[in-house]
Amino acid sequence: MTSAWAMAWLILSPLVAAALAFAFPRLGRSLALGTAGVVSLVVVRLMGLVFADGVQTHRVSGWGAPLGIELRADGLSVLMLIVTALIGVAIALYSQRYFVSDHDDEALHRERYFWPLFLFLWTALNALYLSADIFNFYVTLEMLGFAAVTLVALAGTHAALTAALRYLFVSLSASLFYLLGVGFVYGQCGTVDLPSLAAQARSGPALWVALALMTGGLVAKAALFPLHGWLPPAHANAPAPVSALLSALVVKAPFYILLRLWFEAFPALMTPAVAQVFGALGAAAILWGSVNALFQARLKLLIAYSTVAQLGYLFLLFPLAATREGGFTAWSGGLMFLGAHACAKTAMFLTAGNILHAAGHDRIEDLDGITHLLPVSVFAFGLAGTSLIGLPPSSGFAGKWLLLSAALAQGQWWWVAVILLGSLLAAAYIVRVLAHAFTRVNEPKTPNPIPPVMEWTALALAGLAVVLGFASPWAAELLRVGAPVVGPILTGGSVP
Amino acid sequence: MPDADYRMFALAGVAVFAIGFYSLIVQAHLLKRIMALNVMGSGVFLVYIALGAQTPGPIPDPVPHAMVLTGIVVSVCATGLALALVDRVQAAAGEAEPGDAA
Amino acid sequence: MTSRVLVSVLSLALLAALGWAVLSLPFRPTGLTAESLVKLPESGVTNPVTAVLLNYRGYDTLLEVGVLLLAIVAVWSLRRGEWPASHLHDRPLLMSLLRVVLPVLVLAAGYLLWIGAFAPGGAFQGGALLGGAIVLVMLGGLARRVLAFDRLLRAGLVLGVIVFAAVCAVTMLLTGGLLQFPAGTGGTWIMVIESAALVSIGLTLGLLYFGGRPNAHHA
Repeated sequence: MTSAWAMAWLILSPLVAAALAFAFPRLGRSLALGTAGVVSLVVVRLMGLVFADGVQTHRVSGWGAPLGIELRADGLSVLMLIVTALIGVAIALYSQRYFVSDHDDEALHRERYFWPLFLFLWTALNALYLSADIFNFYVTLEMLGFAAVTLVALAGTHAALTAALRYLFVSLSASLFYLLGVGFVYGQCGTVDLPSLAAQARSGPALWVALALMTGGLVAKAALFPLHGWLPPAHANAPAPVSALLSALVVKAPFYILLRLWFEAFPALMTPAVAQVFGALGAAAILWGSVNALFQARLKLLIAYSTVAQLGYLFLLFPLAATREGGFTAWSGGLMFLGAHACAKTAMFLTAGNILHAAGHDRIEDLDGITHLLPVSVFAFGLAGTSLIGLPPSSGFAGKWLLLSAALAQGQWWWVAVILLGSLLAAAYIVRVLAHAFTRVNEPKTPNPIPPVMEWTALALAGLAVVLGFASPWAAELLRVGAPVVGPILTGGSVP
Repeated sequence: MPDADYRMFALAGVAVFAIGFYSLIVQAHLLKRIMALNVMGSGVFLVYIALGAQTPGPIPDPVPHAMVLTGIVVSVCATGLALALVDRVQAAAGEAEPGDAA
Repeated sequence: MTSRVLVSVLSLALLAALGWAVLSLPFRPTGLTAESLVKLPESGVTNPVTAVLLNYRGYDTLLEVGVLLLAIVAVWSLRRGEWPASHLHDRPLLMSLLRVVLPVLVLAAGYLLWIGAFAPGGAFQGGALLGGAIVLVMLGGLARRVLAFDRLLRAGLVLGVIVFAAVCAVTMLLTGGLLQFPAGTGGTWIMVIESAALVSIGLTLGLLYFGGRPNAHHA
């Protein structure tokens, strides 16, 4: 299979599956599982091609830039595709049993619509990560946003619907800002193709404004402080697998586009001041999100605020990767952290889903004795927590360690303080949950039965979050292919 | 007499965008918010169409025109989705202005 | 009151920044206009906008047709649609209008589809007319029983995406490139895609107006 076929399969198979899942609702479950399998295999194939032959490009319709659209797979795209596939498979497995609790019409309706929406979400993500065209990014972002909002609203509760509406308004206005920015770019440069923009290397007021518009929109979609307000209610009130998809995958896509814009298309515009502003907002997100997480009463809200905090770490990549020495260290660190967070956060949300299913609520204060009912899930939560805090040998540790090394190598010691403080706060809120979970109770409660696959997918992902730390040298090598920053991996010792 | 400066139309477009943005933030009524989003969208499309006239000659640049077509379709879909969601929210709450959504 | 002032200031600042950016945009001696016209004979159509939409940037259109389907799936997942309140016997004027306008609209939709290859027009424009026709039908309270044919409706809605994907698959087998039409056949493939898309677009727009899933018994 050539890379062109691989890329075409990655985009078309979930799209066709989504259409078929809508046309034949009874086949939804099998279509989703089948697509998950196919997409995973193709992603592995594409990864092999990128490792062997470098960056893969394809000119859609035979026309190259600037008239046509180019698809491109480099190390970063492939990493994002792998993360998406991992989480996608897990959610497809988990949701097989999640939606079929009672056979009433409500639950059936939710399940019937979950599958096509889930597949549309996957299509949008795959198309986004393979695209090298900033207008094409707009179309994929809209597909992603519509699918995400509708999935949140699927829960049907008043809280979920209100949260979904707020998310929709933020998403739509952000997209329009982004679209206006694309217009200015086209007006100034005459192209919307990323490699062409990189080659032109222009500057000027129109581009400054364009980049500001696009960044504003993308930062709102990525829920970076202070535009994060829509995230906690949306992620907390959505059905558990949807919360996982949102925290692990959906908010990462705008961040990916920001990386492409600032590091690849317009690197000349990324002055140190701009990079520090990104870092400052990231630091504020880490602190604000973590402190808020500490004081939450509900488990899902705690996990959602934790997402706000963890997204802040990603934005630390801007000040740390903008320089040549230590640049690639921070680049790979931040992106490994992205993958680690995706696995860990999914495991946490799935655990929360299990707890909600078994106990009927997710109040942290009343979680006493849950370990007896759901030992596997609580263990998964703990494991995922170690990756979130950044304990070795987890991939969370690998990512944070690289970010710390980069910060130290460049003398930006203030980020070191932020990262360490963030880890401490994460430890605090994780331990808070576990403390309640491990408390003994005298009268055992009778739980609702949980299908084992729901517990074991959570555990598998948590395990992945930890074990993937060992894969970090390989991930770094993958990221090197086509990376916009160069440099060695500095760790002050051997590569972890 | 030279061709009309395309930047006039682009200025009109950004003015419409800014007006729409103001209404989006300030309005509390959900339907008016959806209309504000549509107005913002129209502003953006106007800018794109103005860019079609950036090169001299009788035939405009077709690329921004195609982008606007795509944008209009997406905008219609967004409006449809937003209206359905607003209706669900109102049905669940029984009121039309549940505070700000920014 | 102060918050309104704040937002006004913010909006004016935004306007100023955007205006400054607009005024700094250049005039182009050449742009993609020239390039698109040069390549036009190979595209299979003679209308440059259709060439961009269905050939040069056809991939965007593929995703866009996907977004249309996603929108109707989303709206169906959210609520049940309802007929606009109307009683035909109260509206003889509407019925007379429909008798004339509906066939004209359908015909015009087909005409726009056909003429899109060499003049302004195309699947989306025709689809909009078709959607309008469907809205008129709903306003007249006609064809209520059509909405009971759930399978048929779903088939019509997914037709655009499925045919587009099928064309991608076939052309990829023929040429090895995604959406790369074999030389000289571009016009035919574009017409195939657009015809299927016309049906889906019209149905989608009309059903978006209906506002939700039609059948009370199925999910």
